[in-house]
Order: sequence, then C-alpha cells, then structure tokens
Amino acid sequence: MDITTHQYKHCDLISVKGRVDSYTAPKLGEAFENINAAGRYKIVLDLSGLEFMSSAGFRTLLMAQRTCKRYNRGEIVLACVPKRTMEAFELTGFTPLFIYFPDLTSAVGNF
Amino acid sequence: MAVCNCPMRTAIFDARFESLDAIREFVAQAARDAGFDDVNIYSIQLSADEACSNIIEHAYKGDPDHIIECSSTVDQGNFVLIFKDHGCCFDPEIVPEPNLSGKLEERSIGGLGLYLIHHLMDEVKYESQGEAGNVLTLKKRLAA
Repeated sequence: MDITTHQYKHCDLISVKGRVDSYTAPKLGEAFENINAAGRYKIVLDLSGLEFMSSAGFRTLLMAQRTCKRYNRGEIVLACVPKRTMEAFELTGFTPLFIYFPDLTSAVGNF
Repeated sequence: MAVCNCPMRTAIFDARFESLDAIREFVAQAARDAGFDDVNIYSIQLSADEACSNIIEHAYKGDPDHIIECSSTVDQGNFVLIFKDHGCCFDPEIVPEPNLSGKLEERSIGGLGLYLIHHLMDEVKYESQGEAGNVLTLKKRLAA
C-alpha cells in the first residue's frame, strides 16, 4: 500500500493506492495522525487507487473521523470510493459516517 | 449448476498480518476457478481476510511463530473454505453484535470482521478442538 499526502490551503489530501488490511491499516492511521499533529483536521481521503479494504481499514477511518470531528474542528470526506468498498460500508452501516464525492476537485472544493 | 471436480487445495501460511496478501490471493484463485464473478470473489477474499486476521489477533494473540492452514474445495454445490489454527479457543458467540447505526462516538471498534463474514458467506461453522486448536469452515453456494 502506498500513501501520498498533499497540503492544500483549506485541507489535506491523503491518497491511498493498494490494499488496506490489518497489516497496512496502521500506516494509514499514521498518515491521519501526522496531519492532526500539525493541528489540521480537514482531510480528503482519495480512494481512487484502493484495491481492497478490510474492517481494519474501517476501524482506522472510524477512529480518525472521531478525532477530526471532535470540537467541530473538521472532518474526513471520502473521494472516489470503489464500488466494493461502498457495498461493505453499506453492509456495516458506515455510510452515514462520511460525506462522499465522485472526484477530487469537488472533495477538496468542499472545504 | 456449475459442476467442478475440485480436489481440496491446501496452503500453509505464517500467522502474520504480512501473510494476508498471499491468503487473499490463494482464496481468490480458488474462487475464480470455482466460477464466481468479481463481486463474489471480493466477498470471499474479504471473508478470508477477516477470518485470518481474527486468528492472528485472537487465537494466536499476535504471536507470529504459528501457522494457519487454509483449504478450499467444492462440495455439493458449495464453495468451501476451511481455516485451521493451533491457537487458543475462541468462542464467536461471546462477541457482541457490532453497533451499526449509532452516532459516530457510539460505533463499535470490534466485531465488524465477524459480522462481515456472516453476511458475505452462506454458512459459517466454528469448531474448537480444545488444545489442538480451532477449525473455521466457510461455505458459499456456487452460482446456479
């Protein structure tokens, strides 16, 4: 799994390529934590390159969203979520926890 | 109904999270050969990943010096996956149903893996063999 990040004026972008599972999810968690450590809590997660995500990834997203939304200081929005992952979100009731965008431009523009 | 004279395939994996890629590839190939489409192959991979992640974390408590034995076969119209470990007894009955609809702060961190397995596969059977370990059998009906 590869993670790239980019800082915009109003938010940060994390792009994930590959597979998020129990082995790689901690690395994604660290990416969120690094951005939060800099006092930034508005994040776009780009999943256009995501091939697979297990519940380990869901947990990482859940915990990161809790941190970002605390004190109304920000949130994580999801861009380009693959169909299989959307289906798993729906199955586990995750859908209402995030806002979804079909592309990066609208996701970043949201902030 | 798809008929497949599939001998049982077995592979042994180190009980480490690093093995999940290889485990998923093993089950995906078996599922592909059994004639499943991409949606079902993904569901089977996800189930296998969740099952093995649980074995690594709970049966072996993260101790990497162990193995997971994965087998696949087709039996009476069902695709069958069998996971064997030599870890400590795990009773899935004691895992509470995750909270799937509460507010963000109320959502479960645990139990999601088991929930996914039960909803993606048609049959889930767990057997404890005491000191010898555990056997988890997952079945999915082949396409008609």
